[in-house]
Amino acid sequence: MASVREISCKTIAATVKQLFLEANTVLEEDVFRAIDEAIVREESDLGRYSLEKIRENAAIAREFSAPLCQDTGLALVFVEMGQDIHVVGGNFAEAIEEGVREAYGEGFLRKSVCDPLSRNNTGDNTPAIIHTEIVEGDRIRIVAMPKGGGSENMSTSAMLLPAAGIDGIKKHVVAAVAKAGPNPCPPVIVGVGIGGSIDESMILAKKALLRTVGERNQKDARLSKLEQETLEEINRLGIGPQGYGGRITALAVHVEMMPCHIASLPVAVNIQCHAARHKETII
Amino acid sequence: MNKTKRIETPLTDDTCENLRTGDVVLLSGHVFTGRDVAHRKLFEASVRGEKLPIDLRGETMFYAGPTPAMPGRVIGSIGPTTSSRMDQFTPRLLELGMKGMIGKGKRSSEVREAIKRHKAVYFGTMGGVAALLSQCVKRAEVVAYDELGPEAVMRLEIAEFPLVVVNDMEGNDLYERAIKIYRL
Repeated sequence: MASVREISCKTIAATVKQLFLEANTVLEEDVFRAIDEAIVREESDLGRYSLEKIRENAAIAREFSAPLCQDTGLALVFVEMGQDIHVVGGNFAEAIEEGVREAYGEGFLRKSVCDPLSRNNTGDNTPAIIHTEIVEGDRIRIVAMPKGGGSENMSTSAMLLPAAGIDGIKKHVVAAVAKAGPNPCPPVIVGVGIGGSIDESMILAKKALLRTVGERNQKDARLSKLEQETLEEINRLGIGPQGYGGRITALAVHVEMMPCHIASLPVAVNIQCHAARHKETII
Repeated sequence: MNKTKRIETPLTDDTCENLRTGDVVLLSGHVFTGRDVAHRKLFEASVRGEKLPIDLRGETMFYAGPTPAMPGRVIGSIGPTTSSRMDQFTPRLLELGMKGMIGKGKRSSEVREAIKRHKAVYFGTMGGVAALLSQCVKRAEVVAYDELGPEAVMRLEIAEFPLVVVNDMEGNDLYERAIKIYRL
């Protein structure tokens, strides 16, 4: 019989707290590199000025442990739970909520969650949005993704006609980025989810944002090609950094795909801003 | 890139007449923060004929809701939120004398017309550089709607706050111009 490993809710909460504090204050290395490359390639003066401010901001945020952006986001949490784990000392989901509550409270992060109708702030940035998968093994992988409202508001979900094909998908993604314009704080990272059910397509798009910036889809050469071509077309739009004009409107396009219904072609586009905040660990 | 202009609040007709889309500006003086809920409250108060908690004449509104200030600091991280969500309330506030707006993203044609009519200006600042922008804020105090937490109206004293003129009094638009110049 496989042995079962115990993990306490206290550990889960502490881990989630730490991840959200770091995700909000420390710009990831791959994003830094992408911004540096963008500065070299950007032809517009105002575009380069904006990109340099992004770099400067990251250094200040890190030095003062200050949030990179005032929108410290809705707390998204992705969990891959090993099936040989036994969670003890409380309720798993509540432990995650507690971690978020503590990060946003003690960490001087902004409480940005409200009742959709009254718009009354919930006061502690909960509830979190938790996606849990059960996988093999006895480890838990936890990913914290503070997701800002600006980029999220520009995301779309569509059920295309299957006949639209790969060209139709590319057009649709480029149109979504064009329509968003300056709102999601370009340069953006574009997550695309193809297939599944309508809800799963958006989860694919969101998970696509967790990949190293600019890393191509390794599993399917068609998608790798789609990523490259879509990125090139997006960067011909002229929107540029902060929408003030330029050649770098997107840093990357990441596509994830899974099979879908024979009558459908779900395509979800989840846009991520240039902060691209996410941090993960395995416990 | 246009030469940088250093200007001070309060913005006057004269200041606005000399600002052109694409101008890079370093703004000093004071601004008020106000976003979604505060705009609705100000708008509704004005429609009801009530006195507003702040006098908007000559003032500049910054669409922002900062993170809480850490001990010993003036303000948390602060940056612009998407301006278009405030569009429906803006022509009214311009009528009440508001002169400048700081945010990010495109404005509606109604707002752009109102900017022309009232000799006002819409500045864009940069999204996602909130730690850097917080260093330009020298003083901050809540002046209205404290109960709104991060959405409260604050009066900020600012020094050399980096801005770009997006919509000027002549009806130009930086986002449209950007596409015209850089679209391939």
